[in-house]
Amino acid sequence: MFKKLSNIGDSGIVCDFGDEVNQKINASVIKLFHHVRKQVSKGNLKGILNYTPSYNKLIINFDLEKINSSKIIDFLKLVDFSQLNFSQNKKEWIIPICYDFEMDLKNISKTLKIDIDEIKNIHLNTTFFIYMVGFIPGHPFMGDLNSKLFLNRLKTPRVKIHPGSVGIVEKFCNIYPYESPGGWNIIGRTPTKLFNTKDNSNPCLLSPGDFVKFKSISKEEFENLNNE
Amino acid sequence: MSNNFFEVLRAGINTTYQDRGRFHMQHFGVAPGGCMDFKAFLIANALVGNNSEDGVLEFAYQGPLLKLVKGKTKIVITGNVLFQIIKINNEIINGECNKSYDLREGDQIDILATNKSAYGYLAIEGGFDLKPFCNSVSILARAHIGPNDGEKIKIKDKIIIKRNSINKKNFETKVPIKDRNIIRVLKGPQFDYFSKESQKDFFLKDYKITNLTDRMGMRLEGTTIKNTVSANIRSEGITKGAIQVPADGQPIVLLTDYPTIGGYPKIANVISADYHLLAQKIPEEKILFQNVELQEAEQLYKQHLNSISEIIKNIKEIN
Repeated sequence: MFKKLSNIGDSGIVCDFGDEVNQKINASVIKLFHHVRKQVSKGNLKGILNYTPSYNKLIINFDLEKINSSKIIDFLKLVDFSQLNFSQNKKEWIIPICYDFEMDLKNISKTLKIDIDEIKNIHLNTTFFIYMVGFIPGHPFMGDLNSKLFLNRLKTPRVKIHPGSVGIVEKFCNIYPYESPGGWNIIGRTPTKLFNTKDNSNPCLLSPGDFVKFKSISKEEFENLNNE
Repeated sequence: MSNNFFEVLRAGINTTYQDRGRFHMQHFGVAPGGCMDFKAFLIANALVGNNSEDGVLEFAYQGPLLKLVKGKTKIVITGNVLFQIIKINNEIINGECNKSYDLREGDQIDILATNKSAYGYLAIEGGFDLKPFCNSVSILARAHIGPNDGEKIKIKDKIIIKRNSINKKNFETKVPIKDRNIIRVLKGPQFDYFSKESQKDFFLKDYKITNLTDRMGMRLEGTTIKNTVSANIRSEGITKGAIQVPADGQPIVLLTDYPTIGGYPKIANVISADYHLLAQKIPEEKILFQNVELQEAEQLYKQHLNSISEIIKNIKEIN
């Protein structure tokens, strides 16, 4: 259940679920996200344009020509959270990762005093939960990593990160869908395409609320999958 | 696909196809995009008898030089733009905005520059022949999304027109140029993060638009905004026109192609009625933020839409 509803600009609503970042709070955010999305697809909430879940908030953007914030707030106040189901829409994905493309494993091993194979094992044994997708298309923010692997961002972000790079910071793991600058610790690369700009019906692989496990692959397997 | 097309002889600085934008995808990280100046976009489509959803060419500062290689078409340019039509017999017509013109095979249109504004629009009767991606033809170049392989228009590109012009008449309308330096905003969700003095300064001091401005955001320069709580927040969904203040205290307005989530506190959000005015501001111009309340913002947006309808209603045939 959200703690607070407020407006952001004249065509946005913030549903605030509290300050913490954990899977329980995010599951509530995702439940409401699925509910709003479903109502919109049924045509029940005309004028809603976007619904963006993050760790602890759902932001709803709307077309001020068709609806206004008080109507959306009225709708939200009537939502019965006990009736919303979280697991109905979730998917579990196995994402291949080739650790040979790491850029920071040696440094991480030195900093955390854990050997590289153990780092890979912890990463492979984690079932990641997707808190949110965004910043750029297809980009997942996943958690929670074992606290043994908690790291800060790089002091100097890299100017160019290769697409598919898998990075970790604090309890989070991400995958860069596009070439971009970045400050995360890069531990490997996946050949899986997270966003397909040619697929009109289902362009984005991962959704907020899905689960991800990584599977280690060799460089050869990486090249084969990458060329598919 | 029709065989009629323009060839791009000069691409311009930032020329893209745009429409209303692409919605229901922000949870996948896709910003809505769409025309920066919605008003100029709507007027452009109306003047050539198009549907208000149709895609147009948006350009910034210097526009493209296009040659109609095959076909005949009717065009209009909106915004505040200097352009010429170079007829096949080398006759040069100095173009006027908000007025339609017929182009014949071999004619060229040279969009020289936007005047005291950033964005201009070219619409053609019947529209461009474009393949939408997720219900929109808006190009989001950063993510390679949209027609033209998601890229900005380049030299030698073909711009395909859906059909030849059939309307023998031309049309025009009057669009009063609004040049206001006051931009109205609502207080942002983290307004309280900033010192009492900075909260006052934000509405009293000028902010200058810097060169670091594009379809994604506009960096401002002015009195430093002091954060007394935290320079970072939990990343959350972004709305168009959000004004965030990073640790250096200089505000950034997030524009149409914004990153979909962000972790800087937001001091304010530009109201929908004034967004197009801000989007058209150019580097070195100064603006002043004025605080309004939600109800007033909603009212102002209604008035804004009415004024656009009025302009479209007043479209007249040129004799």
